[in-house]
Amino acid sequence: MKFTLSWLKDHLETTATAPEIVAAMTMAGLEVEHVTDPATKLAAFTVARIVEAVQHPNADRLRVCQVETVDGMKEIVCGAPNARAGLTTIYAPIGAYVPGLDVTLALKPVRGVVSNGMLCSASELEAASESDGIMDLPGDLAVGTPAATALGLEAVIDFEVTPNRPDWLGVAGIARDLAAAGLGTLKDLSIDPVAGTFPCPISVKVDGEACPVFAGRLIRGVKNGPSPQWLQDRLLAIGLRPISALVDITNLISYDRARPLHVYDAAKLSGSEISTRLGRHGQNGDEHLIALDGKTYELTPDMCVIADASGERPIGLGGVMGGESTGCSDETTDVFVESAWFEPIRIAQTGRTTGIKSDAQYRFARTVDTGSVVPGVELATKLILELCGGEPSEIVVAGTAPAAPTGFGFEPDYVEQLAGLAVTPERTRQILSDLGFDIQLGSPWTVTPPSFRRDVAGKADLVEEVARIAGYGALPSTPLPEVPRAVGGILTPRQARGRVARRALAAAGYAEALTWSFTNQKTAALFGGGAPELVLANPIASELDCMRPSLLPNLIEAAGRNARKGFPDAALFEIGPTFHGDRPQDQRTMVSAILVPRAPRGWDKAAQDDLFTLKADLLALLEELGAPVDKLQTAQGSASTWWHPGRSARLQLGPKAVMAEFGELHPAVLKALDVTGPVYGFEITLDAIPEPKKKATKGRPAFSPSPLMPLTRDFAFLVEKTRPAGDLVRAAAGADKALIAAVQVFDVYEGPGVPDGFKSVALEVVVQPREATLTEAEIEALSARIVAAAEKAGGKLRG
Amino acid sequence: MTDLKTLESDVLAQVAAAADLSALDAVRVAAIGKTGSISGLLKTLGAMSPEERKDRGAAINALRDVVQTALAEKKAALETAALDARLASETLDLTLPAPHRRKGSVHPTMQTMDEMIAIFAEMGFAVAEGPDIEDDFHNFTALNFPEKHPAREMHDTFFFNPKDSGERMLLRTHTSPVQVRTMVSQTPPIRIIAPGRTYRCDNDATHTPVFHQVEGLVIDKGIHMGHLKWTLETFLARFFETDAVTTQFRPHHFPFTEPSAEMDVQCDRSGGEIKIGQGTSWLEILGCGMVHPNVLRACGIDPDEYQGFAFGMGVDRLGMLKYGMPDLRDMWSSDTRWLSHYGFSAFAAPNAASGLS
Repeated sequence: MKFTLSWLKDHLETTATAPEIVAAMTMAGLEVEHVTDPATKLAAFTVARIVEAVQHPNADRLRVCQVETVDGMKEIVCGAPNARAGLTTIYAPIGAYVPGLDVTLALKPVRGVVSNGMLCSASELEAASESDGIMDLPGDLAVGTPAATALGLEAVIDFEVTPNRPDWLGVAGIARDLAAAGLGTLKDLSIDPVAGTFPCPISVKVDGEACPVFAGRLIRGVKNGPSPQWLQDRLLAIGLRPISALVDITNLISYDRARPLHVYDAAKLSGSEISTRLGRHGQNGDEHLIALDGKTYELTPDMCVIADASGERPIGLGGVMGGESTGCSDETTDVFVESAWFEPIRIAQTGRTTGIKSDAQYRFARTVDTGSVVPGVELATKLILELCGGEPSEIVVAGTAPAAPTGFGFEPDYVEQLAGLAVTPERTRQILSDLGFDIQLGSPWTVTPPSFRRDVAGKADLVEEVARIAGYGALPSTPLPEVPRAVGGILTPRQARGRVARRALAAAGYAEALTWSFTNQKTAALFGGGAPELVLANPIASELDCMRPSLLPNLIEAAGRNARKGFPDAALFEIGPTFHGDRPQDQRTMVSAILVPRAPRGWDKAAQDDLFTLKADLLALLEELGAPVDKLQTAQGSASTWWHPGRSARLQLGPKAVMAEFGELHPAVLKALDVTGPVYGFEITLDAIPEPKKKATKGRPAFSPSPLMPLTRDFAFLVEKTRPAGDLVRAAAGADKALIAAVQVFDVYEGPGVPDGFKSVALEVVVQPREATLTEAEIEALSARIVAAAEKAGGKLRG
Repeated sequence: MTDLKTLESDVLAQVAAAADLSALDAVRVAAIGKTGSISGLLKTLGAMSPEERKDRGAAINALRDVVQTALAEKKAALETAALDARLASETLDLTLPAPHRRKGSVHPTMQTMDEMIAIFAEMGFAVAEGPDIEDDFHNFTALNFPEKHPAREMHDTFFFNPKDSGERMLLRTHTSPVQVRTMVSQTPPIRIIAPGRTYRCDNDATHTPVFHQVEGLVIDKGIHMGHLKWTLETFLARFFETDAVTTQFRPHHFPFTEPSAEMDVQCDRSGGEIKIGQGTSWLEILGCGMVHPNVLRACGIDPDEYQGFAFGMGVDRLGMLKYGMPDLRDMWSSDTRWLSHYGFSAFAAPNAASGLS
């Protein structure tokens, strides 16, 4: 919304400048977006008078002028054809920035004559889009008058209105707040009724649902046509197009009092009744209306329709836009003025459905003053009679406006209690009364908001009114009371684990990325998601229409984008939510990483096994997170479908306690994501890592190392090629859990000496005696148990 | 005695001529071994008269000492030469590069979030969380958004398709639903922050469809707007790590707070860069206010007994302001060069002793 300073001054007696008004608006809660202030832009430009203009000695088209300026007499070279002695125009001194030319004036000779400034055209001042010659101003303007004043240009303030303050959608409402804030005195806003001289020949009717109250009157014998210049200027200044006097008056009142109106050409009405009702859904579809914008709209049963011809012909979309059929034109002689009140929710809905964003729709959707129905007609009448003449009928009203706000109790001390701001009761009373509130003193006070302040419904609202007018700058800065701190930190174990994971992965060489919580439904389906309840109804883009079931696809696509820019090597991770349903418990926190190894070639030709590097990173991370790594099973080949079936595994405590999956991504999935493989990755379900048991103290169990030397024994087993080595390791380790400290694979061999379809797996078993050195016989017995356990797992000791 | 002199020069010449350790050992055995020439002379002493033995014995022993010293010196010299030769053969070109190691990093938004949590933890706030997929009650209704009110439309909400029951789930437009969940499940006093992802259907240089917020909530007896102002002033000074942060409170409107305010921070915008703690411009940085009595009531808290404040701030935006990232969308691009340029070390975890980053 925009207004000009002079418009504001119609309602506010003030000497404040535009910057002062902007500052006061800001501190009252009006967010100023933009100020166009010609007085600032044209500060250097002033009125000057040409005393003498003679032909330039070296140029036919130039004149050398002696000019009386604010800086004394100046010799200025001018090329304008209308530069002549006696002309009152605008002067720019050396050093001034000329906005229309985008140059700063410098002292330099023009064809051998030095020009000590410049005489300006309207376009050079950006006061007109084009101009013919320098400005030709009235001769009675004093030399030195600021250009903005001389040209009648004034500041236009553009600001944003929060949805709670529909009264600020009228200049008068802003004047009221600024007056309360001490910026000036509010002028009388009251509206004098204009008596009707005959009964209104047009009756009005409401059905009680579509529109609660509808009022109007006929004014006959008006003369429509272009509105006077002052009215056109006022509308043009805030970006509105003047149409005709009758329409311009309604626009003026809409912006002045936040009171939308509508005018009908009475001659075009069919019948003598205007009624309001809901749109009709007929056999041939919905009703239609050709609106004033020339477009045709469907009128659905949840819209408010204004109709004539006994309710049969739609002539307007109530509170949104009038119809073309009954609009006013220059030929209009009898005009019916409508002032009604429409339900904000219905109007907001109609605006969304039709896409119409009219000034009326914007105001009604945000609640128009319920007390302005009849005063709106009266103010319009006054202006129509002034500008178009005519004779008013009596006013007709159908229905009743929603009841005015009722009073409620308020203790003035509550201002300090809630805001911490010490304001005297007298000042509180003054502020509220300046803002239009009615106050009945007592204990407590009874405060009744004005009908235009339906946003105020309780005592906290009054505190805001008092605090913002008294000024938020006066709020104290009061330290929060000390509270007992949680010993041992404020994060839950899962939150703390997320932080550890972040730092651990960054230390391991992975870069943390953030990716959208969305992916597209097809991709989601590749990763086990894509359920209809997780598809967005209004996605930002069609490829981002579904909540992600995994962090992996977004990371993989990110690696693909980097590769396409020429940076194919990537180690990325993300810690964030994935979605497996739309209930709170269906959201999980994942820690996922991908490794796309395209590092520079090494000179030593040492082969890096990237998948096992990633496995090491994963296990180290799980250990950092406190997962029971030594109890984890590596379930080869049981990971989800987006992994390479032969090169992936689950890490789990059991089939129902899966903590992570890792491996190489399935080539078909990478192809679908348009990314070149191989890509390795893991995904940890953070919530699946069991929380450590709470202990009373942080003390650790005593350190009791065995005094006995550990010993090692090597075994080689033949197993079927398809059998995971992990099975053998687990079997061997389980042969004697007390004595066997570790089992390591140190060789895997296939080839001569090993039967087809088999492989040889060599294990080093570390034996840690606990109480006494083992005898040869005991070691033999242990070895036999290891061999037996391996046999159960399909391993045959290699002879 | 000339025979001894001859023997000495003879043996010393052999020592000097020994080319390696085994040749030297052969010289040693020939001279002072069991059957060596000098050992043989020593054996003759027993058959001599005491006078003869006195002179001759001293001379032979001296000869043996000279030879032994010469042998030891030569051995040391040969060993040094052998080591030098081995070392020369073992030369490695250390100008060759070390194996490639990737440099990891922490995302600046998450670093910023960690910093914010660290500051609020010091002020006694706990961390609360809630789901990203919310229902209308928690995101709007309980927060005093009137049904179909324009304020709801201003939130550019992402919706899911309506269910058979007519209920329509949505992506939370702010972290404020966590306030509601906390107040419903806890009794005052409450002092929490709620960090997390939030969603608005918007995408340009200063808006991304997903962004991060930290919500704050303090509910107790006697908490007023002055406490809110102190909390935020203190937070911003600690966050920007400068005493020069100047802020202002400006009235605003949020359905869930009353009175409501926005906080601006003074900054310098000249030169296309925003510098906090300098200049004369104001930059809106967060929204806040006293929790609306209707919100307290919706959560089962008596507004006549308890009152308090709430605030919400954009984590990504605060990170941009502090660390100078120019475009919000880059935060989500996962460009490895960008992550490396703006990312943080794994060891830059914020703490009270060494600072925030």
